[in-house]
Amino acid sequence: METNPKVETIPTSQGDPADLETRDMMLNIGPAHPAMHGIIRIVAKLDGEKIEEIDVEVGYLHRGFEKMSEMVDYNGVIPYTDRLNYVSPLINNMGYCMAVEKLLGISVPERCHYVRVIMSEISRVSDHLTCVGATAMELGAFTVFLYMIKAREYLWDLVEKVTGARLTVAYCRVGGVKADLPEDFAEPCRKAFEETRKVIDEANGLLTRNRIFTDRMNGTGVISEEDAISYGITGPFLRASGGTFDVRKDCPYAVYEQLPFDVPVGTRGDNMDRYLVRMEEMEQSMRIVETALRDMPAGPVLVNPETGRPIPAAEMVDLAKMGDIAAVSGGCAVTGPTLEGSGRAQHPSIATDEKRVFFPPKEDTYGNIEGLMQQFKLVMHGHGVRPPKGEVYLPVEGANGELGFYVVSDGAGNAYRVRVRPPCFAIMSALPKLLEGGMMADMIPTFGSVNMIGGELDR
Amino acid sequence: MSDSFLIKAVTDQFPDAALASHAYRGDATVVLRREFLLEVARFLKEDPTTQMNFLMDLTAVDYSTFGKSPARAFFSSSGVSVRPTPEIPDQDPWPGPPDDARFAVLYHFYSTTHKHRLRLVVPVEEATPEVDSLTSLWPGANWLEREAWDMFGVGFRGHPDLRRILMYEEFDGHPLRKDYPVNKRQPLIGPKN
Repeated sequence: METNPKVETIPTSQGDPADLETRDMMLNIGPAHPAMHGIIRIVAKLDGEKIEEIDVEVGYLHRGFEKMSEMVDYNGVIPYTDRLNYVSPLINNMGYCMAVEKLLGISVPERCHYVRVIMSEISRVSDHLTCVGATAMELGAFTVFLYMIKAREYLWDLVEKVTGARLTVAYCRVGGVKADLPEDFAEPCRKAFEETRKVIDEANGLLTRNRIFTDRMNGTGVISEEDAISYGITGPFLRASGGTFDVRKDCPYAVYEQLPFDVPVGTRGDNMDRYLVRMEEMEQSMRIVETALRDMPAGPVLVNPETGRPIPAAEMVDLAKMGDIAAVSGGCAVTGPTLEGSGRAQHPSIATDEKRVFFPPKEDTYGNIEGLMQQFKLVMHGHGVRPPKGEVYLPVEGANGELGFYVVSDGAGNAYRVRVRPPCFAIMSALPKLLEGGMMADMIPTFGSVNMIGGELDR
Repeated sequence: MSDSFLIKAVTDQFPDAALASHAYRGDATVVLRREFLLEVARFLKEDPTTQMNFLMDLTAVDYSTFGKSPARAFFSSSGVSVRPTPEIPDQDPWPGPPDDARFAVLYHFYSTTHKHRLRLVVPVEEATPEVDSLTSLWPGANWLEREAWDMFGVGFRGHPDLRRILMYEEFDGHPLRKDYPVNKRQPLIGPKN
């Protein structure tokens, strides 16, 4: 065969390889990239496979949460908070409501605290499951991801039983929660945790001593405790570096002081420790839920035939709209885990008795003028909850670290300023520190362990 | 350690710096003259009695329309505030927004050693909206200050890389300022190349 004269033979290098001309390569990762758990852009300057410099660009999911919060009334912000950290929305709900309650100066009944704690710990488990599962998937362990999502499904079934929704829960209210836990909640909870524990055990067996997994997690993405603190990193990420700070222990809120749990702390601050800390935290969260379910003050008897004739809430609404108040009065609303709210029997144990803040029970809204007026004054445009002038900051322990809400009121029906301190914002700002000087491939496990949630990062 | 201790630590050390202080709802707060910010922050970070190793949050508030929102309904309620329950501290009244300063830049500090929190408020006039950057003390301030710049147009002297973070470069205005209309639309343009 004839040789093609156009093909030049590549001259073999004769000299020292160090004399070869090398150039840095710019690599653009994202905003939409399979390895990014969200919309984020990383521009990396590479020297071979080594990351020399990275620039992280965020903001692709900015929806103006803080601006919108200034436009709607205090209870109207709650659905927006669901969309901050959308893997554990109940913790955001709780944090926001507690901040407004602090501003108002009201407290909620003990059972309400327990309900909130139970729901936020279930959310924490589901958040960690997602984070660990996704990280494992990106390292090739797709099975683990599917198992963990299966376990998350059990937990979201629990969330659905209580709130009526899986993701956009809007469960807490300023001054309480929407409705009480369903009857015999402990039983489905026990079953779901049994399944979750099985999954965690399986994942543990598949990952913790798996050579492929450990080789990529050990010693990558290392950050010291001092550095982590200087970047404002909190939560499991800080605890893997040896810091012990946990808002639930160090600045206890709700009823965390009465619930026994341990705070797992790592030593090396690498991806492996962050994985181990998250695995242990799931167990601790389940322990909190189990203790809380055992210790919480007893709930109300849902339907007591002596106090009222049970009427399904939806039916009660229809009767009232038709003007048949006689049928409603003396009735007792039966509410399910939907958007129906709560009846008179549940009310005292899950909501504050401050009428200027919390909605009246179903029976009152539809059965008498006082209840109707109370409801009207809270929901109508220009009315609503009106905290006194002031400012407060309230931190809770989110799944990624300290989730703080700073609220300013000027005495009007909507907040003057709502600021969220998103835990993963601090971690993302430390990403150059974590990645620079490392290998390109280490970016995947490190970025996975950050557990970036676009919703709270960009707000 | 109590809130009053922290406030006292700052006001004793810097008698000229503090404009006001309060512990409304138990949040220890010191309002500072902006010239002293860096000095006070360094003191808070390094002094063994305060040891504020965390800069938890940094944000700003635009106070230009504070208390001026018109009643939006005919039957506007009187705005009666509720009385605080005993668990929530209520000794100090809230002194109100800073006088004749449009913006306030807020810093929330936390100490892991002493487990206490302090808020610094730095009033900033509209004419020269600028404060000192804390990036030399806490690298985490970098992004937080970029966000405050992006959202409020408050500059930070000495910041290594002060550019927008959540909005795009061509965005016109600062969206969390009260005079930025919530419905204003702007064309979406790609990055400058």
